[in-house]
Amino acid sequence: MGTGQAMTVPDLGPLWLTAQLAAVATIILLLVGTPLAWWLAWTQARVKPVIEAVTALPLVLPPTVLGFYLLVLFSPDAALGGLWLDITGSTLTFSFTGLVLASVLYSLPFMVQPLQAAFEAVGRGPMEAAASLRAGPFDAFISVASPMALRGYLTAVVLTFAHTVGEFGVVLMVGGNIPGRTRMISIQIYEHVETIDYAAAHTLSAILLVFSFLVLLAVYVINRRFPIHAGLR
Amino acid sequence: MTGLAVDIRVEFPGFTLAVAHRFEGQGLTALFGPSGCGKSTLLRVIAGFEKRARGDLSFGGEVWLRGRRSVAPHQRGVGYVFQDTRLFPHLTVQGNLDYAHRRARHLPARYAFDDVADALDLGPLFERDAATLSGGERQRVAMGRALLARPRLLLMDEPLAALDTRRKAEILPYIGRLSAAFAVPVIYVTHALEEVTQLADRIVALEAGAVAAAGGVAETLERLDLAGVQGRFEAGAVLAGRVATQDEAMHLTRIDLGSGLALDVPEVRLNIGEPVRLRVRARDVALARERPVGISIRNMLEARVLRVEVEENTAYAEVLLALGEQHLRARVTRAALRDLDVQPGQTLVALIKAAAFDRQALPRA
Repeated sequence: MGTGQAMTVPDLGPLWLTAQLAAVATIILLLVGTPLAWWLAWTQARVKPVIEAVTALPLVLPPTVLGFYLLVLFSPDAALGGLWLDITGSTLTFSFTGLVLASVLYSLPFMVQPLQAAFEAVGRGPMEAAASLRAGPFDAFISVASPMALRGYLTAVVLTFAHTVGEFGVVLMVGGNIPGRTRMISIQIYEHVETIDYAAAHTLSAILLVFSFLVLLAVYVINRRFPIHAGLR
Repeated sequence: MTGLAVDIRVEFPGFTLAVAHRFEGQGLTALFGPSGCGKSTLLRVIAGFEKRARGDLSFGGEVWLRGRRSVAPHQRGVGYVFQDTRLFPHLTVQGNLDYAHRRARHLPARYAFDDVADALDLGPLFERDAATLSGGERQRVAMGRALLARPRLLLMDEPLAALDTRRKAEILPYIGRLSAAFAVPVIYVTHALEEVTQLADRIVALEAGAVAAAGGVAETLERLDLAGVQGRFEAGAVLAGRVATQDEAMHLTRIDLGSGLALDVPEVRLNIGEPVRLRVRARDVALARERPVGISIRNMLEARVLRVEVEENTAYAEVLLALGEQHLRARVTRAALRDLDVQPGQTLVALIKAAAFDRQALPRA
């Protein structure tokens, strides 16, 4: 089998598993990242730059480094991994749950940074206006800040999902390569190449390529359609 | 304990706002002063937006701020009309109004949604997006939205500052009616004298972060003039009166000032008997010993000289005059003063061109 050969229909299991992982990680990040981004947007605390730097770390850290530390942290000998094993009876390493946790950390900046920028662009003004109309802070966040930051949310969700789909190093370190549990699409491609099944690698790679392009296209269309200044920094 | 008792302090690098004053619990109080004097900051303190504020703040006996303890802005029931309106861009005009209305529906109603919409002529705007409104329309919607939250106190921060003269003239009557029509005390920030004259029942003048003068509009402005706060160019006096007659052919309105005195001013579209307040700048008033003849000036009023103030090292002097129960100021040259031999107690004729009142007169709600 050579590179010129036509694409074949590969096992699509890893594709669905990857989609599941990305979806779960994105939902969790939406819940965790929103308050974090809100806090970062408005805090005057001295630790703000520290938190911002930690949040941005996954952008520059080699995924293998992040993966390595997570592997150490998740191992049953470590405090976190041991606690998890005691509570649930299964290990964090080489599990779907472990991958979700790792993905949440790995993709954190892709959720937090667009949201923070969007909240900052909305500014305090509309929140003060809402307060003067008897809306409490949470009410005002839901009814004013969030809809005004909608473009930031769309950007953040799309980028987080896509970035999680594409991760490789962290997945390999933390999840290993267990079919049906931790074998993600990027690893599947790697595996196909290793076994010189270029046709299958082709198909999956093409799917990822088109997917990534569509995602970025969506982001840029969103950025054009909503003339509120928010989104990527 | 009615009204708003303020005794607060906010420190900024290089500027301190320290205000102790009791604002009335009704009518419109103008918070007046030059830019940078702390007017808007005081408004933000009252609304609860200024976290650095320290001191005491209570409304109708209810404590809003004591030391560092502060009632959250949304629990104060303070309405706020911002200079930049801050209409919510993701909602239509109707959506913006409903936003306030929904959150205040449980409160005892003094007026209904339609009362506000009618008073501000908002009906035709309901379906519009906030972004498509003109500046004047935006301000009307912002006022309506603030009223629909049924505020106990309404703060307005230079709502006319961003509008041109014509739009200002459009909006002013709405603001003038607001406080009485909706039974809500208003604190109105402005640095424009004509807005103070036309809208305010009282004035609190701020200067460099402190109250410089406070009280009724006419006497307070007079005191400020004496203190030179306005600058001589703007110095003047406020006259109150009522519409006496309308000369439709000549587009003139005659204002009865009481004490048998009357002023002709360019057409004011008000009914006979309605109250009006006019500001007469000192530099628009000339003095004569006798009633001149063959002159274009319409207004010749007999006035008694109360006081003469010579401005050293200038060509000018100011003469304070009694016009019946009211006061008038005239800015004349010292040379004229000498030639006319002006003395306190003397009766002179004050001459005022009708054109000095261009676009000024408005109803007092």
